Amino acid sequence: MAQVSMTVNGKTVSGEVEGRTLLAEFLREGLNLTGTHIGCDTSQCGACVVHVNGEAVKSCTMFAMEADGADVGTIEGQANADGSLNVIQQAFQDHHGLQCGFCTPGMVMSAAALLKENPKPSEAEVRTYLEGNICRCTGYHNIVKAIMAASGQDVSAIAAE
Amino acid sequence: MYEFEMTRPTTIADAAKALGDEDAQALGGGQTLIPTLKQRLAMPSALVSLGAIPEMKGVCMSDAGEVCVGGATPHAVVAAEATAYPGLAGLAAHIGDPAVRNRGTVGGSLANNDPSACYPAAALASGATIVTNTREIAADDYFQGMFSTALEDGEIITEVRFPVPEVSHYEKFVQPASRFALVGVMVAKFADGVRVAVTGASEDGVYRWTEAEAALSASFSADALADLAVSGDGMISDLHGSGDYRAHLVKVMTGRAVAKAA
Ligand SMILES: Cc1cc2nc3c(=O)[nH]c(=O)nc-3n(C[C@H](O)[C@H](O)[C@H](O)COP(=O)(O)OP(=O)(O)OC[C@H]3O[C@@H](n4cnc5c(N)ncnc54)[C@H](O)[C@@H]3O)c2cc1C
Ligand code: FES
Ligand code: FES
Repeated sequence: MAQVSMTVNGKTVSGEVEGRTLLAEFLREGLNLTGTHIGCDTSQCGACVVHVNGEAVKSCTMFAMEADGADVGTIEGQANADGSLNVIQQAFQDHHGLQCGFCTPGMVMSAAALLKENPKPSEAEVRTYLEGNICRCTGYHNIVKAIMAASGQDVSAIAAE
Repeated sequence: MYEFEMTRPTTIADAAKALGDEDAQALGGGQTLIPTLKQRLAMPSALVSLGAIPEMKGVCMSDAGEVCVGGATPHAVVAAEATAYPGLAGLAAHIGDPAVRNRGTVGGSLANNDPSACYPAAALASGATIVTNTREIAADDYFQGMFSTALEDGEIITEVRFPVPEVSHYEKFVQPASRFALVGVMVAKFADGVRVAVTGASEDGVYRWTEAEAALSASFSADALADLAVSGDGMISDLHGSGDYRAHLVKVMTGRAVAKAA
């Protein structure tokens, strides 16, 4: 066992982990931050995407010890300070960007990483960026629409809800 | 996953020492190794993370004009910073998905030598030098068949030096489920000739298509490939495509790469 400490959603946290403890496990089981989902556990689906030092990573495919000292962001840290949904989350609600919601934490975290890098992406750029995020329910149209809307673009011409 | 001990050295020398232990294994970005460990296909007693070694990260230019990439540099950094070699930056920008590119490294990709991986094509088409903690290996001597390389146990890829071609392009026919290459072809035109490396196709892993190299060195256009035939013998055949299909794609992808080379 080893001691790790990191900043998660702005708070310093620490805990005991094994070498094999995944970052996703540390977040979910060590810190009870169960918003980060584990869908495939094989780096395919993106339900577990979090930010490590500002970059989107699949937390099921990174060891907790590798995040020692890092700045980690999860879905729990996305809402505004007053608890209201942030602009991406609100757009997912407004544009019906989720059905069962299982993929949504990863989608929102990937979307946030995309918009940081590319504040006004085209529809094609959004779709390409989401290659590693799989949704079994929505057919993606409304997810793409929500992300376009969150970036402040007019989405009235994009595929129907 | 079986339990192991993890260390995070901060210098190449310390990493090499830790990897001297027979049951220790290097951890790059973990994008292949972690899934392998989860399936219990590997059982190292210790993992030596290369992710905290500053001297193994980043992209720079050598005095000889090569693009030098630290062995633990993630694909996303190569995509953003290897601007002097657009064909290489473009290849890195299309590996997997953004989260994979933020973790996966050039050293891990070349050490693994997956028969469908992209970087082996870049290294072979560029005539790159694979620099390890003990020696320098020419790409032509490095790849030794599927998942097999010239690396010794515990040897660390510290840097890869890519000579910069006049024009180049990597054309990938994506296998949509894995996002690896069903077939990928890197074409690189140097002053002294053209190099063509093919990944995803052969059962022997990445290889140079020498007939195409000769034809393209004589005339750098997709038409120069017209008379060449690629055999399906020895090509990978699986549920995603037969050997003959892959053989066909080799020529199509090469033609497209030539047409797009910049
Ligand atoms: C969903 C998904 C999609 C992908 N798509 C593509 C794709 O389209 N094209 C593509 O080319 N790849 C693709 N990959 C592979 C990925 O990009 C990585 O390049 C690859 O997983 C290996 O790099 P790594 O740094 O993660 O190595 P690791 O997984 O950490 O290690 C792999 C092997 O290399 C060894 N190793 C690691 N670093 C070094 C080093 N510096 N020196 C010596 N040995 C070392 C390890 O011991 C291990 O045996 C994909 C992966 C995933 C999960
Ligand atoms: S749970 Fe991590 S990618 Fe699916
Ligand atoms: S909303 Fe159900 S998986 Fe995406």
